Amino acid sequence: MSEPKRGVKADRAGDGFWAGLALPGVVWLCVFFLLPFYVVLCVALGSVDPILLTPRPEWNPLEWNTSAFEFVFDGLFTPGAAFETVFVRTFFYVAIATTLSLLIAYPVAYYVARYGGRWKGLLLMGLIAPFFISYLMRMLAWINLLQDDGWVNKVLIWLGILDAPHNWLDGRASSVILGLVYGYVPFMILPLYAFLDRIDRRLLEAARDLGASPFEAFRMVTLPLSMPAILAGIAIIALPMFGDYYTPDLLSGAPQTSLIGNQINLYIRGGQQEPVGAALVVALMLFLTVLMGYYLYATVRSQRRLGG
Amino acid sequence: MGRFRGWFANPWGKPRFLILYTALYLVWSIVPILIAIRFSFNEGRSRSTAQGWSLRWYTGDPDLSVLHDSELSSALLQSLRLAAIAVLVTVPLGLALAVGLTRWRGRGAGTSRGISLATLVTPEIVMGTALLLVFIHLLTFVPLGTPAQAIGHITFSLVFVVLIVRGRLLAIGPEYEEAARDLGASRLQALRLALLPMLVPAIVASAIIVFAISMDDFVISAFLSSGTSTDTVPVRIYATGRTAPTPALNALATITLALTIVIAAVGFVLWRGVRAARGQTGSTVGEFAATEGL
Repeated sequence: MSEPKRGVKADRAGDGFWAGLALPGVVWLCVFFLLPFYVVLCVALGSVDPILLTPRPEWNPLEWNTSAFEFVFDGLFTPGAAFETVFVRTFFYVAIATTLSLLIAYPVAYYVARYGGRWKGLLLMGLIAPFFISYLMRMLAWINLLQDDGWVNKVLIWLGILDAPHNWLDGRASSVILGLVYGYVPFMILPLYAFLDRIDRRLLEAARDLGASPFEAFRMVTLPLSMPAILAGIAIIALPMFGDYYTPDLLSGAPQTSLIGNQINLYIRGGQQEPVGAALVVALMLFLTVLMGYYLYATVRSQRRLGG
Repeated sequence: MGRFRGWFANPWGKPRFLILYTALYLVWSIVPILIAIRFSFNEGRSRSTAQGWSLRWYTGDPDLSVLHDSELSSALLQSLRLAAIAVLVTVPLGLALAVGLTRWRGRGAGTSRGISLATLVTPEIVMGTALLLVFIHLLTFVPLGTPAQAIGHITFSLVFVVLIVRGRLLAIGPEYEEAARDLGASRLQALRLALLPMLVPAIVASAIIVFAISMDDFVISAFLSSGTSTDTVPVRIYATGRTAPTPALNALATITLALTIVIAAVGFVLWRGVRAARGQTGSTVGEFAATEGL
């Protein structure tokens, strides 16, 4: 986030004015974003009242009690344990859904950016439309389609692929992954489009002039150039997917497709096990921070490779 | 394979494969929604067999229609209420934050920028848990329900206003303000008279985006809801989508969709108008997406 060095005249006195302007927003974020994280830590490292069974957050870091953390981390690192199974499943669902999203998003973004022509405005409207349709409504649309007498079964039976209606909404990994891809792919297309739209076509012409086939030009120029956008697109959809619990709830609802988000939802809102839920949230945050770190590292590396 | 590769990458040929691919994507993306909308107008109870057309699930049915089922109509009102509060608070708050953060150079500026960006990469379930726990255990004077939900919506939409306004500020540059200052304006006057009018398109765009993401939000609204009376449309869809669905749920979703699109379209026309009035070129959807940093 470094600013260009020029900018408003470097008068020190003005700085206070700008800081004052930012102050309400900064205070807001400290109270409603940073402070809540401290509370999550205090709940995760607190205790449960032995009689009332209500969670008691421990505000003093010197008296933090790590039993909820030990429970969660034991469960996460013991093969076959409940948390480990759920976490591995979440990772695979997110990885598969992200890969499928990229396979869908890249060609579409590429086409609209490069060949959109006079249809570009209309095509973009089609790409932006899902942003204005609630995610939950889009899942509802798939519940309608996937139910026993829904159109998916009707079409598949009409085509002769199925003999009898298939129970799509009863704990199928495929339905959950379909929902994830359908739900998140628009968020990947737009950044890819914005980036591909800015690639200088003269670079491709140069590659062709130097003897590259069209496919080689794509592989050696467009694809490496768009690497930062691909990584950004992956990060944009993978991070929220790791916290998703409503897609599996709506399109499956069965324990065999339960994700890490379902566990958090269950522990935080379902019973007295708030410290376990809070510890799971901290574990998820740690994992995502590592992923973000890798993303930043990979982005810097791919930009350096291009000499940028 | 040769022909396929030719379609795929030739910058001058007709990319038939890509045309087909994009068309299929758009069909796949839009048709399920159209089907859901169609069944909201179904005469019968089915959401997969066409049984005539009616407004039964909107207004007609005395118990189950959106108009008469108080759980459905209150969800719609709650969604609109939260979106209105979010727009009214987040846009000015984010505007000041964006201008301040873009110009502020001193100690704390970098950290503050980092914090506002961190909200963007925090999954909603993490933010929802954090807010729920803070309202239960520490800031207990904030009741769950509308106040807590509104605070949540403002918190997660703030960064979008910051990004949109900031993109515009960097494009404008500091020259106009410097000219105003040279002509004797105070800092506040320069901000109000020179900068603010140029930021109007970004402000309009921010309002559209905040409204849309507030209407779309599920996790924060669900975690911070105090019961059925403060459930929003997405929370209602989640609660009854699998257990007790009728076409009224489709009708509720369709009304929400229509409202969102109408408000976004009004906002877009407004955005085009203010841009044209300021002599800024470009007023297509593409321009909107590109310049407002969508």
